[in-house]
Amino acid sequence: MPQVFPRYANVLTWVIIAGVFLAANIGGVAAMIFARSPYATHSQLMLTQPVQFSHAHHVNGLGIDCRYCHNSVEDSNYANIPPTKTCMNCHSQIWVGSKMLEPVRESFRTGKSLEWERIHRLSDFVYFDHSIHVTKGVGCASCHGRVDHMQAVYQKGTLLMEWCLDCHRAPERYLRPRDQVFNMDFKPEDLQQANGKPHTQATLGAELRKKYDIRSLIECSTCHR
Amino acid sequence: MSSMTQNEKPTLDLEAVMKRLESSDGKQYWRSLEELAAGEGFQEMLQREFPRQAGEWTDPVTRRKFLTLMGASLALAGLSGCRPPGGKIVPNISDPEGVVPGKPLFYATAMPHAGYGMGLLAESNQGRPTKVEGNPEQSASQGATDVFAQASVLGLYDPDREAGLTYLGQPRVWDDAVAALRAELTKSGKGKGVYLLTETITSPTLLNQLENEFLNDYPEVQWVQHEPAASDTPIAGAKAAFGVACQPVYAMAQADVIFSLDADFLSRGPGHLRYTRDFSSRRNLEKLDKMNRLYAAESVFSNTGIKADNRLGFRAVEIDRVAQFLAFQLKVEGISEPKGLSAQARHWLTIAAEDLASREKGKTLVIAGDEASTLCHALAALINDKLGNAGKTVHYIDPVHARPGDRAKSLRALVDDMTMGKVQTLVIVGANPVYTAGADIDFKAALDKVPTRFRLGLYHDETSRLCHWHIPDSHYLESWGDVRAFDGTATIIQPLIAPLFGGGNLHDLFADLSSKPSRTAVDLVKDYWKAWFSAPARAGLNSSTTFEKFYRKSLHDGVVAGTNFPYKQVKPLASATADAERVLASLPEWTVGSVSNLEITFRPDEAVFDGRFANNGWLLEMPKSSTKITWDNAAIMSLKTALELGVALMTESRPELEGGKYHSGAASFGITGGEHGRAFVDTLRFTYQGRTLVLPVWVVPGHPDYTINVQLGYGRERAGKVGTKDVGADVYKIRVASDPWSGLGVKVERTGKQHILASTQAHHYMEGRNLVRSGTAEQTMKDDHWVHKVNGGGHGEEHDHGHGKTPLSILDGKDFTYKGHKWGMVINLTACTGCSACVVACQAENNIPVVGKLEVTRGREMHWIRIDRYFEGNPLKPEELKAHYQPLPCMQCENAPCEQVCPVAATAHSYDGLNDMVYNRCVGTRYCSNNCPYKVRRFNFLQYTDYASVSLKMVSNPEVTVRTRGVMEKCTYCVQRIRQAEVEAEKRGKLKAEREGRALNRESDCKIQDGEVLSACQAVCPAGAILFGDLNDPKSKISQARAKLENLNYSLLDELNTSPRTTYLAEVRNPNPKLVSSGKGAG
Repeated sequence: MPQVFPRYANVLTWVIIAGVFLAANIGGVAAMIFARSPYATHSQLMLTQPVQFSHAHHVNGLGIDCRYCHNSVEDSNYANIPPTKTCMNCHSQIWVGSKMLEPVRESFRTGKSLEWERIHRLSDFVYFDHSIHVTKGVGCASCHGRVDHMQAVYQKGTLLMEWCLDCHRAPERYLRPRDQVFNMDFKPEDLQQANGKPHTQATLGAELRKKYDIRSLIECSTCHR
Repeated sequence: MSSMTQNEKPTLDLEAVMKRLESSDGKQYWRSLEELAAGEGFQEMLQREFPRQAGEWTDPVTRRKFLTLMGASLALAGLSGCRPPGGKIVPNISDPEGVVPGKPLFYATAMPHAGYGMGLLAESNQGRPTKVEGNPEQSASQGATDVFAQASVLGLYDPDREAGLTYLGQPRVWDDAVAALRAELTKSGKGKGVYLLTETITSPTLLNQLENEFLNDYPEVQWVQHEPAASDTPIAGAKAAFGVACQPVYAMAQADVIFSLDADFLSRGPGHLRYTRDFSSRRNLEKLDKMNRLYAAESVFSNTGIKADNRLGFRAVEIDRVAQFLAFQLKVEGISEPKGLSAQARHWLTIAAEDLASREKGKTLVIAGDEASTLCHALAALINDKLGNAGKTVHYIDPVHARPGDRAKSLRALVDDMTMGKVQTLVIVGANPVYTAGADIDFKAALDKVPTRFRLGLYHDETSRLCHWHIPDSHYLESWGDVRAFDGTATIIQPLIAPLFGGGNLHDLFADLSSKPSRTAVDLVKDYWKAWFSAPARAGLNSSTTFEKFYRKSLHDGVVAGTNFPYKQVKPLASATADAERVLASLPEWTVGSVSNLEITFRPDEAVFDGRFANNGWLLEMPKSSTKITWDNAAIMSLKTALELGVALMTESRPELEGGKYHSGAASFGITGGEHGRAFVDTLRFTYQGRTLVLPVWVVPGHPDYTINVQLGYGRERAGKVGTKDVGADVYKIRVASDPWSGLGVKVERTGKQHILASTQAHHYMEGRNLVRSGTAEQTMKDDHWVHKVNGGGHGEEHDHGHGKTPLSILDGKDFTYKGHKWGMVINLTACTGCSACVVACQAENNIPVVGKLEVTRGREMHWIRIDRYFEGNPLKPEELKAHYQPLPCMQCENAPCEQVCPVAATAHSYDGLNDMVYNRCVGTRYCSNNCPYKVRRFNFLQYTDYASVSLKMVSNPEVTVRTRGVMEKCTYCVQRIRQAEVEAEKRGKLKAEREGRALNRESDCKIQDGEVLSACQAVCPAGAILFGDLNDPKSKISQARAKLENLNYSLLDELNTSPRTTYLAEVRNPNPKLVSSGKGAG
């Protein structure tokens, strides 16, 4: 009986097996990379808002504290998006004729809410509580980035679970003193250690973790219920 | 596998079963007759974690629909790939004062039910009421709620309420309706020819409006109250005994011995939550010598009967004689000895009477049930007086509801007037008389003779369909008002949300019809209480505080202080016994029960009450306590009655046999009957007073012989989408209004047809193994180790696994000590009355979906906590038969078998030792459920959660994930409440440490206080049967209970070494030793 397969079939078989293996791996890795990409996580994405509110101007330029608008951040899971009234507290006095602010005035006049585009969206099965993070010394900027430099707010992190766990596994990497939580410009180096040397995040974090008695909570029901 | 074929039908060998029961030492607990028969088919069923078909989708129509939906969702998925982050944020214009976004608010209010109020704290999440808890300050609730209150939140959002205000089906506005009604009222004189039909009214404001404004302006209006599931006999009975109309309220906690004359005081009536609480306060396991004793003589197998220490079944017709015999034995002067009682009944009653007589005066209590006759109530009052109970354990107050009288009679008078054409205009408020009037009152035909009909109702139901005007009523969570509780305490009803479907309530209607139409309900309520407050009688009160302060406090507390009715001093009439004797003499001759002389009793249903909750999925799917039937009503009878009637009981459960093979003739048990919860039962045609009704049969062992119980509220024609089609049978069709609760002379014939009942009694079976442990107080006081020395069920040997020892672990070095909190639960079987409030509360708290009858028959109900009901004893000897309830949530095992088999770690232990369930990780292998010995895991076989109905989205608890298809779920110990409490404790601790200027110490600063976290089931329980708390805190109630009652505390299936966090306190009863049957253990 003549040979059914030519000699190169051996090589071809190995090439195919290796090829399938490689393709599967490359495919897998590509999928992982894709899942973390800004395209899939919607990070870095800026949206057109009804009013082009600039955090950079209000926070960095005017020095308004985060809590002036996001007033329930210390008490509740929800940081609150300010009501139209909060805008009008100032804008009934200044920039009263601004065309840009017409939607705000219209909202106040008609009683119809402004409809902001949501930027940060966690999945429905995730329960995040702002108040406890703020209480534990996690700065606004640690998660939200330098909002004070953003003309239009975008999502800085991926909001993937690994992004949360990055901190939950070792909170000392991000902790800051409680009175610095709302300081967008905080740097650990600004503080001094007991021996007089400037702090690093490592030294400060370790110290604060001990002082605040902070656990590393990575169990499921911490966030999923 | 079973050798049984379809044609070969093993039948229950009754004799063999009885023999086995007799010969077994120790106790045998069983859940269904099939289990008792324990044939091969049953064993086969046991092998399946989920019953046949549970994993398949066999219905071709829904399959096609599913494929269509799949197509749609794929299309959506494609589109959503490039969506922006998603959603809009729509903030307020101006934030309301006192609201912290993201935090729920609680408002004190009350739910009116059959006229009477139950105090509630309603939770509002961002303006949406999502859950109610009991109001601890209010007398009827004392922090507990019942199933109706829990399910009322779903009723609020019921999409079927969306009928709008209509005239002849055309949309109109409120003012049109008011103008039309005003025109009718002023047409001829002052309301002549206008009749008002309402439900029971206790609301002080409404009564004031009605009597002082409306009936003042239109004095010729006739007002009638209709309440199909309420009874007027308690007041009439008290009047017969004392000469004044008054109603009894009980001080249950003061009574050492309670005798119930067909009274189901633990589950029905406006005061039942309070009575349950007080009753169980005297069943404290730490004070066994102070334990009360309950005798129940009853015509059904009620929850009260199940909890009774000594119980004897009677036909309802015999209850008067029982009362008479008791009165005779207790030497109530002038009461003669009744004839006809069986020797057994005489023996039992004599001993009970001796017990009552031997106690201290004023320490006993005889309660007649709502359904009992006027005579029975009068006799109970006389006995209580004789025993010195009046003013001690029973108090009499003025009737709480307006114009007490014979409501059935006044309805009949109304219908007569309607038939005679005297009624020009009928305004029906609430009540659904077309459905509930009763078979001997042809309300429908009479209604036809009324020229103009108005209806103010929650639903466009049977009555609204026949009315010209339908005005949507507002739900109690949508409107202002007030209501009185069983003892007269008033609560102001506060709305939590504006009416979702438009409309208004009766306050608004009366106000708009009055000469001062600009007032709204909120003004009316305030004005009424202002007048009340300023009255001279309240001089002490109004001199010490201002009305505003008083009103705000009343709103805040949910109770208007000082409104409970004062106790009356009453003396029996000299002629009372003679009157009673006269009525007794006029009673028909005593007849012995038999299948040719059957009795029928009517009771409001545990789930849908009189039919008003017939469109509530939570209630319809709640397994009823003694039958475990869902989505249906049935004719309940004893095994003996069923055998003598020759009905085939639960014959076939195989779908391929549906409508095919049917075994008629002598009683036979299908061994697989009840598998899937799909019980194929015979239907019977009942003929009662010339009217017929077909009902499926359900056998409840322990039910009295020759009396058949049927439940009101089903078979609605226009209940809504959920409750209309094929949901039970309408027993109002054979109920006569003149004798609404029972009657003799029912003729029964077999129809030869069968009906599928969805009963969950055979679901989640744990193979017997002495899961329930029950003993007597006497035995326990001697030696409480009996709990751990029980016969090991299937093992057949005495053993004491792990009791008090560190549990073994296959994982070396695994310890179960936890830093910080260690949550645990103790369920007290002595206290549990099986009321199912925990089941519905859990459903409301945890967004548990409703699956429907078909899915229940496949064993797919989703309740996280179930209440297993076990029988004990010989089903043919109802007098000896006992039943036990055992609530079963997730046991939160330390060595959790589910965790060990999950391939994706979707269920895992948390830092405080909870057995977490992570929905987003679950891939739906169901291994965990397969490996769970307690059968507490539930799987979303289909997309059960309703994403489509807009209004139903609002009922969800925002703190709990809404689960989707293909995900496993189970009890989490209400982890959302624990985590929230933790966050609050951490914040509190931070403040404390900061204030004291020191580093934080979690152990001491951030401790959650005992009682700060209540699981939903614990919070709702009127009996206090569920204790939840921190096992690491030696001072917590749960630790104390476990320590003090160590020997009564046991865990389920201890021998499996799962080391459950949830443990049970054994059931202890206090039967009269003289009545304990010999031989088989005690209790």
